[in-house]
Amino acid sequence: MEAFGLLLHGFAVLMTWKIMALMVIGLVLGIFVGVLPGLGGPNGVAILLPLTFTMDPTSAIVMLSCIYWGALFGGAITSILFNIPGEAWSVATTFDGYPMAQQGRAAEALTAAFTSSFIGSLVAVLLITFLAPMISSFALKFGPPEFFAVYLLTFCSFVGLGREAKHKTVISMALGLLIAGIGMDTVSGTLRMTFGSNELLRGINFLVAVIGLFGISEILLTMEERLALRGHAAKISLRTVINVWKDLPKYWMTLLRSSVIGCWLGITPGGAIAASFMGYNLAKRFSKDPESFGKGRIEGVFAPETAAHASGTAALLPMLALGIPGSGTAAILLGGLMVWGLNPGPLLFVEHKDFVWGLIASMYLGNVVGLVIVLTTVPIFASILRVPFAAVAPMIVVSCAIGAYAIQNAMFDIWLMLGFGVVGYIFKKIGIPLAPFTLALVLGNRAEDAFRLSMIGSGGSVGVFWSNGLVGTITTIAITLLFWPLIDRAFAGIGRLMRPTPASA
Amino acid sequence: MSNTDLEIIVDDPTAPEPDSPAVCSTRTVEIVVSLLLLALAVTLGIDNYATGISWDDTGPQPGYFPFYLSVILGLASLFGLITTLLARAPSDTFVTRAQLRRVLLVFLPTAAFCLAMQVLGLYVASFLLISGFMRFVGKIAWWKSLLTAFVFTAIMFVTFDIAFDVIMPKGPLEAAFGR
Repeated sequence: MEAFGLLLHGFAVLMTWKIMALMVIGLVLGIFVGVLPGLGGPNGVAILLPLTFTMDPTSAIVMLSCIYWGALFGGAITSILFNIPGEAWSVATTFDGYPMAQQGRAAEALTAAFTSSFIGSLVAVLLITFLAPMISSFALKFGPPEFFAVYLLTFCSFVGLGREAKHKTVISMALGLLIAGIGMDTVSGTLRMTFGSNELLRGINFLVAVIGLFGISEILLTMEERLALRGHAAKISLRTVINVWKDLPKYWMTLLRSSVIGCWLGITPGGAIAASFMGYNLAKRFSKDPESFGKGRIEGVFAPETAAHASGTAALLPMLALGIPGSGTAAILLGGLMVWGLNPGPLLFVEHKDFVWGLIASMYLGNVVGLVIVLTTVPIFASILRVPFAAVAPMIVVSCAIGAYAIQNAMFDIWLMLGFGVVGYIFKKIGIPLAPFTLALVLGNRAEDAFRLSMIGSGGSVGVFWSNGLVGTITTIAITLLFWPLIDRAFAGIGRLMRPTPASA
Repeated sequence: MSNTDLEIIVDDPTAPEPDSPAVCSTRTVEIVVSLLLLALAVTLGIDNYATGISWDDTGPQPGYFPFYLSVILGLASLFGLITTLLARAPSDTFVTRAQLRRVLLVFLPTAAFCLAMQVLGLYVASFLLISGFMRFVGKIAWWKSLLTAFVFTAIMFVTFDIAFDVIMPKGPLEAAFGR
């Protein structure tokens, strides 16, 4: 009940013309980056982050999170109308969304996608509202070993549960942690890995790296391909919306199942991609008519969109409650919090109530306003694709440069941004994932501090990570997750051995 | 009337030719990247070793944590190098000549823009990048390119320099106007 009262307070914080206007601007910008080929949630947030540098933290985070919601909504437009998934998590939406558009049911598919996005996000925001304060108050009891164990759990689950080759995830993460350590050591004041460079004294700013890795590299990748599109135009009428909404109760099980999957995979670093495919596959498996999936079935749009959006939103829960982002975009938002001098984690709920509850309230409002905007403006946003990429690309480059420079007013950062752009381009093409790199960059110093404090406390014994039930459990789960592919394979092997062979049967 | 009666078609006059020859394979790039990462891991490992990787009165020395990370990075890169060298499956094309040309069409003007920013300031460099890119890469009419570049740069100037008071690098033009 306390959460409800605080949430109402959060709504009160938001009810100013300025914040409402920023919310709408954020949503529109977000839908814009979601629709543009090659851009998406993390890129949009990274590129547009500099717009928020001089705002107060609440206004800034409201605008940034609305850019994120907008990008999530916008991705569905290209998936359904053009069969172009803006993000990997939109791939499953194309399976049935595009066939629906081909059958002349584009408006129905878009309404289904936007509505299910809204439902998925809503379930995740409800979870955040009631669970985040509980987790954060529990986490207030954490000491350095517990925090390091949670960081370790995050890193290990990225390696163990990620889809990419394990060594590539390890490379990405180790590189991110090393780059985070460049500059002055926060404990002893000693310089590390600067090689005599004055520019490296202050370290490499996380946002400069992110702007290069996500913004510049995406432009290089997008330019590489043919920028020709052929798709359907759509206009959503009120009657279509009412018809789709009337049918919603029929799909309550699909929506519920996908929401639960999404929330689970969002809190753990499974991610929106896994959630959308799992949501789609389970909807197909439990359907009475699985053969109709892939041929333009509305349930095939509901399932992945609900799961992906529940996951994308739920990824903010560990960020708010523990200071550990559940996704790449959440990591960028967390970096934003640090720019405004906020220390994400359990203390945020105690020290910055207005900010936290304003943000949570903005998640509700942003989704409602976003739903209304996308339902009414689809033709406008679909026509954005008519703007030549040769006009959009240099504008994005300029926005990235402004962002990279504005962080520390350093020209060196512009060159770093360009360098990270090339690294991002190569890494993406050879399959080295960028999300673990981003996460490691953000959490690197905190993880190292927690580790060092734990080791000092224990006199150098790693046994501190098993010194009580809580930290021991978290560390054990972390190590289990790290070796999960091997454990899984071992179980499968044992299962095969136990199974009677056809000859012995 | 169905909603799909209207189609959105966007053509790309500068599209890369589909039969363009490969510049290098993904396997080659993976080997080069693994070697570079390995070299980086060794360099950082040596630097951190010199900083100190043992224990003193204040606990682990500053090089302790990054040293072991360098070891992990080195081992993972070495593993990647060996698996790539041992892989038997034919490798994909990393980039074709036409694709590389298009990537350079963005990269080189971006690098020139970064350089120009130091001399001419952000806003003049932005104007030149946008108008030049639209005209020469996108083959868009001069007047549209110049107008778009001017409007965008003006919006950026008003937003950052005037509304939000974010100081951006300035050049001779801004100096002439006393800013």
